[in-house]
Amino acid sequence: MISIRDLHKYFGALHVLKGIDLDVQKGEVLSVIGASGSGKSTLLYCINGLEMIQDGAVTVDGIDVHAKGTDINKLRQKLGMVFQQWNSFPHLTALENVALAPRIVKGKSKAEAREIAAKQLQHVGLGEKLNVYPSALSGGQQQRLAIARALAMEPEYMLFDEATSALDPELVGEVLDTMRLLADEGMTMICVTHEMGFARDVSDRVAFFHQGVMEEIGPPAQIFGDARSEHTRKFLANVR
Amino acid sequence: MEPTLKFFSGFAPNDLWFMGDAALRTLWISVLSISLGTVLGTLFGWMLYEGRRAATLTLAPVLDVFRSVPLIIQLVLFYNFAPIVGLNLDPFASGTVILTVYTAALVANVARGGIEAVGAPMRRAARSLGMSYWQDLRHVVLPIGGRAVFPSWVGVALGVMKDSALVSVLGYVELLKASQILITRTQEPFLILALAGAFYFALSYPVSRYATHLENRWAQ
Repeated sequence: MISIRDLHKYFGALHVLKGIDLDVQKGEVLSVIGASGSGKSTLLYCINGLEMIQDGAVTVDGIDVHAKGTDINKLRQKLGMVFQQWNSFPHLTALENVALAPRIVKGKSKAEAREIAAKQLQHVGLGEKLNVYPSALSGGQQQRLAIARALAMEPEYMLFDEATSALDPELVGEVLDTMRLLADEGMTMICVTHEMGFARDVSDRVAFFHQGVMEEIGPPAQIFGDARSEHTRKFLANVR
Repeated sequence: MEPTLKFFSGFAPNDLWFMGDAALRTLWISVLSISLGTVLGTLFGWMLYEGRRAATLTLAPVLDVFRSVPLIIQLVLFYNFAPIVGLNLDPFASGTVILTVYTAALVANVARGGIEAVGAPMRRAARSLGMSYWQDLRHVVLPIGGRAVFPSWVGVALGVMKDSALVSVLGYVELLKASQILITRTQEPFLILALAGAFYFALSYPVSRYATHLENRWAQ
């Protein structure tokens, strides 16, 4: 379980997260929506310790992410993350991209790591592209490569930070399909997204962020059909 | 009648061996200085990148001095003043030390540029996979940044190899010094300087061809 308590995050004088309380259960798919600058991406960065926090706590399976004694590199193996920019390693083939972390972080043998990598690339539909360099892949394929790369560490949670925002419109579908596949397989996911269709159809719960505050959280039917907050209704009216 | 005393004798095939030998010495001092200087310079570049203000105030000015003062002045000063602090180095060792530091000063900025070229998002992605700071540096930053600045590094390396000619002022018999010796004896400067140039070219050209080959391979 990911558990966030009274989380405060500042960038200098800017108060980006203003006391977030949130629990995400195993197996749950949570979509986080809201305008740019509302703090949704920062929330993900705080969950896997890529950003420090100023107050409150984030725990993952009972381990305090920001405590001094925490082995953050070990904890991050539980938390796969996919970014808006896919960041494939350009000097490695698709297979090597995915095999790198299992080999150097988990100490798997080269053969073992390649086997895991091939399996995960197959999983996201890139089984034909094992020995291709990222420069020869489309944006959508590179983003699926990034998903496979994260999955190869056998994470228990996946964090998606606007995974489709940088893609050409015609490539968004294949990435969303891959995310749907993971959700169907029971992966615990937190998806920061602007894809309202995905949020409505795939999520168990949807959280709406507004100016650093989690305004509202609930089942998709409630958020999209019967939002309590004025801000939520306004936001949804604008994105539709 | 007494034979005339002969000071000068023409260029002999044997002299080619003499020059070839000197070319090997140019190669040796260059390879040594460029290798050591690259390791040291990469370390400095990393310090400049990570140290931020501290390094900007301390390391950067020192490197600026080595980059800005003509190499020949550095060589002569170091060779003549090192013994004062108890360092009795022969011309080869003195030349190697100065060429190494000089290379390091040039490579430091190249290396910093390489680290900057990788960018924060790429490094965050690496760290998000559970890589430690050092694993990220070794497996992501080094190969990606290294390739980005490889052409600049080749430029530095070829430059240092040519600049190694200046070590001749200390008396180390590398290619240029050997040429001077032969010119004094044969009085055939055009031939010998042309030959020396050909030797330098023969040393540089394979390096730049191989570099181009690597760049093309990486560009795929």
